[in-house]
Amino acid sequence: MNSQDSYEVIIIGAGSVGTPTALFLAEAGFKVLVIDRNPSSGQGSNKRAIGGLRATHSDPAKIRLSMRSLDIISSWKEKYGDDLEWYKGGYCFVAYREEEEKTLKEVLPLQKSLGLNIDWLEAQELRRFLPDLNPRGLRGGTLSPDDGHASPLLANEAFYRRARAAGAQFKFKENVTNLVIESGKIKGVVTDQGRYGAEVVINAAGAWAAEVARMAGVGIPVTPDSHEAAVTEPVQRFFHPMIVDLRPADGSANYYFYQHATGQVIFCITPSPSLWGFDVRETSQFLPMVSKRMIDLMPRLKNIRVRRTWRGLYPMTPDGFPIVGWTREVEGFLLAAGMCGQGFMLGPGLAELLTRIVAGQPQPADEEILSYLSPYRSFVSEEKLK
Amino acid sequence: MINNRLYKHPILPVSDRPLFNFYWQEKQLEAREGETIASALFANGIRIFSYHHKDGAPQGIYCANGQCAQCLVLADGFPVKSCMEMIKPGMKIEPLAGLPELPPVSPEIQFDFQPIEEVETTVLIIGGGPAGLAAAIELGSRGVNCLLVDDKHRLGGKLVLQTHRFFGSVEAVYAGTRGIDLATRLEKEVRQYPSVEIWLQTTALAVYSDHKVGVLKEGQKYVLVKPQVILTTAGAREKSLAFPGNTLPGVYGAGAFQTLVNRDLVRPTEKLFIVGGGNVGLIAGYHALQAGIQVVGLVEVMPEVGGYKVHKDKLARLGVPIMTSHTVLSANGRESVESVTIARVDEKFRPIKGTEKIYTCDTVLIAVGLDPVNEFYLKAKEFGYPAYAAGDAEEIAEASAAIFSGKIRGLEIARDLGIYSGEIPASWEKTAEILKSKPGQTFPESYPDRESGVFPVIHCLQEIPCDPCSAVCPRKLIEVDRVDIRKTPVYQEENDARGCSGCERCVVICPGLAITLVDYRKDADRPEITIPFEFLRDLINPGQEVILVDIEGRELARTTVNSVKSIKANDRTILIKAQAPKEVAKRVSGLRLQTAFEPAEESYVQRMADEAIICRCERVTAGEIRQLIKEGVRDINEIKTITRASMGPCGAKTCTPLIHRLFREEGVPESEIIDQIKRPLFIEVPMGLLAGLKAGNQERKSEQ
Repeated sequence: MNSQDSYEVIIIGAGSVGTPTALFLAEAGFKVLVIDRNPSSGQGSNKRAIGGLRATHSDPAKIRLSMRSLDIISSWKEKYGDDLEWYKGGYCFVAYREEEEKTLKEVLPLQKSLGLNIDWLEAQELRRFLPDLNPRGLRGGTLSPDDGHASPLLANEAFYRRARAAGAQFKFKENVTNLVIESGKIKGVVTDQGRYGAEVVINAAGAWAAEVARMAGVGIPVTPDSHEAAVTEPVQRFFHPMIVDLRPADGSANYYFYQHATGQVIFCITPSPSLWGFDVRETSQFLPMVSKRMIDLMPRLKNIRVRRTWRGLYPMTPDGFPIVGWTREVEGFLLAAGMCGQGFMLGPGLAELLTRIVAGQPQPADEEILSYLSPYRSFVSEEKLK
Repeated sequence: MINNRLYKHPILPVSDRPLFNFYWQEKQLEAREGETIASALFANGIRIFSYHHKDGAPQGIYCANGQCAQCLVLADGFPVKSCMEMIKPGMKIEPLAGLPELPPVSPEIQFDFQPIEEVETTVLIIGGGPAGLAAAIELGSRGVNCLLVDDKHRLGGKLVLQTHRFFGSVEAVYAGTRGIDLATRLEKEVRQYPSVEIWLQTTALAVYSDHKVGVLKEGQKYVLVKPQVILTTAGAREKSLAFPGNTLPGVYGAGAFQTLVNRDLVRPTEKLFIVGGGNVGLIAGYHALQAGIQVVGLVEVMPEVGGYKVHKDKLARLGVPIMTSHTVLSANGRESVESVTIARVDEKFRPIKGTEKIYTCDTVLIAVGLDPVNEFYLKAKEFGYPAYAAGDAEEIAEASAAIFSGKIRGLEIARDLGIYSGEIPASWEKTAEILKSKPGQTFPESYPDRESGVFPVIHCLQEIPCDPCSAVCPRKLIEVDRVDIRKTPVYQEENDARGCSGCERCVVICPGLAITLVDYRKDADRPEITIPFEFLRDLINPGQEVILVDIEGRELARTTVNSVKSIKANDRTILIKAQAPKEVAKRVSGLRLQTAFEPAEESYVQRMADEAIICRCERVTAGEIRQLIKEGVRDINEIKTITRASMGPCGAKTCTPLIHRLFREEGVPESEIIDQIKRPLFIEVPMGLLAGLKAGNQERKSEQ
């Protein structure tokens, strides 16, 4: 292998995690190669993400990572000039039943203790903030005004361009077919077009991460399920936060929607039971299902015109938390997988963490994060705000 | 008050439906029942409909076909495509400026969500134009259940816009019948068959992977259709063209123009300029003249026009300058088109400096070809449905070819469903091939030697599939090769000892208006020529001086009209008789209608072609996309990410071919380009309908 095919780090997957990781590693001086089988950056699940960014999770690991992501994305325009369509509209989890009120109130103390700006609003207060919300049965909800949303496409594109400017190399339309492992140590990857050497390989293959891990003989419990999303025409801004309704209904679990910086409403629903597998072809069930729920929650939406719909993959893990860390089986093989549909909001923060790990300079809090996300945890707890 | 309505037309019936009032920016105006908002606005001289929310650029009509979204207006507070939405009495129309406000709805309202209706059918036919109707007839006659959906208010597709007689074979596809009459005929036939259900004003929205097709029924209700077979006969959409000023109100598709003039009988322009010399552009020019609109000129970038020579000759004879090897450089004007700049091009199609000319006009028609509307077909194939396509959705060709391909596809579907056990007749395939063939060889003009008696002179010199003249001659004196009707017709005097009777039927029926009759019987030195004419009867009167021209429009003689014959049997084709010296009589093939237009004296200011708009919806310029291509971007998805090109309401219908063209210009081979992913919905749909609520402005209004 000649030296031009040798790198310090190879990242498999130019998506929500891989591309920002390439940026921070390259900026830290590493010689980085990113390989993706798609024709350009962010063409897997990143572009199918709807763009929500919140730090208000229910566990310290995701809270810390996404607080960093929020910092990176919200300050990006000021620092670099690219408009990522960041909008600090907040997140609002609404409660129409006792169950949801209880769940939301349960996680508040932890959220607050980690410094998150979030509060419970009683129904009346919430309606002042969201006058179009259906008041019938509304109990209240949480509001976290520092959360928001941005364009996953523009963010990924910005990370990609800056990563390249910092020296990272990208190979597209190239499929990783095997990993090179010698004496239990990773030595590089083999693709359908060549062979590249590196002492560190990061698995950021999203929905396809289990397949990549298997090449190293490592089993990881990442299985994609698909969620459907859609976008409307743009209209004048009429609400600010991402609205999340956790209630289950016939055929679906939670759903969420927000009004993007362009004025378009973007929405997504979680099918129930889950639609496992890699099928991202549009189905007839999604639009009627989600439209009824959204109009019921916010009647004003009945007249907004729906423009386009698509389906994307959530790389799920059994407990709803990502899998991040070095594998014990193969030295130099780093997992950054199983984002459970939150790759966009976790990605930039996680990218910084991965850079510190590769550089061997973890911060004190990193150990705690990694313990929560360890590939070798028991996977028995459950994410409350999935 | 401006009134752009047509109250008489040489071919089309004028609507006598009642007029009522509506409001444009609070001003009271008149509309005719059954017309679209766009037509009502044009009828009142309004052609700037809105201002784009991104850069304030004035917006007007572009496709008039529900495909793009450039004609959005606010109707009673709701953004609608003005080309598709019917005007209603008292409607308040406002231009959109900036983003529309979503109308408030009481948050406490209780909705009655209905389950989405699911309808089963054997064959879903998307599009009720010539191909869809022909297929439905073939299937209906065999008792196959079909659901035919079409987004317009009447069946026939683009046939209803065609005032001219159709080419093709009399036997196979009723050649010689006017397009509009053909639509009526096919509709009548299809309505005989009870197994064919027809939903008009119904837009197909999405073909889903679970083998259901979402349609917006009558603009009111979302319905899921479960077909065994999908046949896409959705026709074609017009290609766009990038040049500075290409989105000014007044620049629009030739099809849009035909819709306004021939369907809605409004005159949207006084002075028209046409870009593109295919059949669509040539016919649009002819339709303009029939509606009393001046046609300032037509440019075609190739050295020869692509359309039928008989269509071109018709225009040239009437006095329209046809400028081949010319291109449009820019449409000029502040808020709407005031002039057009054209230039000659060299052999590599580059404009030649110093050849620029500016013509005053208020409208520039774009007629640079068609692309198949085949999204549903491709999705259906991808999702493993039994899928078929016919007509332009399968391959761009003439309407006659579309009829025949629909017929074949209909029979194929019947066969594949096990309802028809035979094979597709080989002769059908042959006919289909002939009907969709491009124009063949062009021969020099030749005339019979005789200078006595009466006989037809055939000015049809190009091989095109057409045979009505031979079918109509009672003495079988005109021959067209029966095996291959593309061969040019030949007058065979010896076929009947009696010779030509001068019955004029061939003159009347010829779709190309390319047959004259020369009669030496009364005056051998100044024979009388019979010329077909499809304009208003009162334009030409006996005793009037006219300029007789040759096939290309060159003046041969000035003479006075002897008589004008307009009889019912001629189906609106008028026959003009005039005498000319025998030296030129046989060469006469028409008369001139309009005199030449002089270029304006302004000097041309070179503008950057980078200004041209590629994505109309999101206002993305050629320059922005070109820059990305130069940086090495090859994935249109990435262009979409960065510029939003193709994220707009039209769903990449207009910009995709233009983006490919930019790649070509930058020397990128087609094989390196990655297309963006096309996704449903086909048009934007109110969320309430998708939730099973019934729409309607009445209900919407009461909630405000």
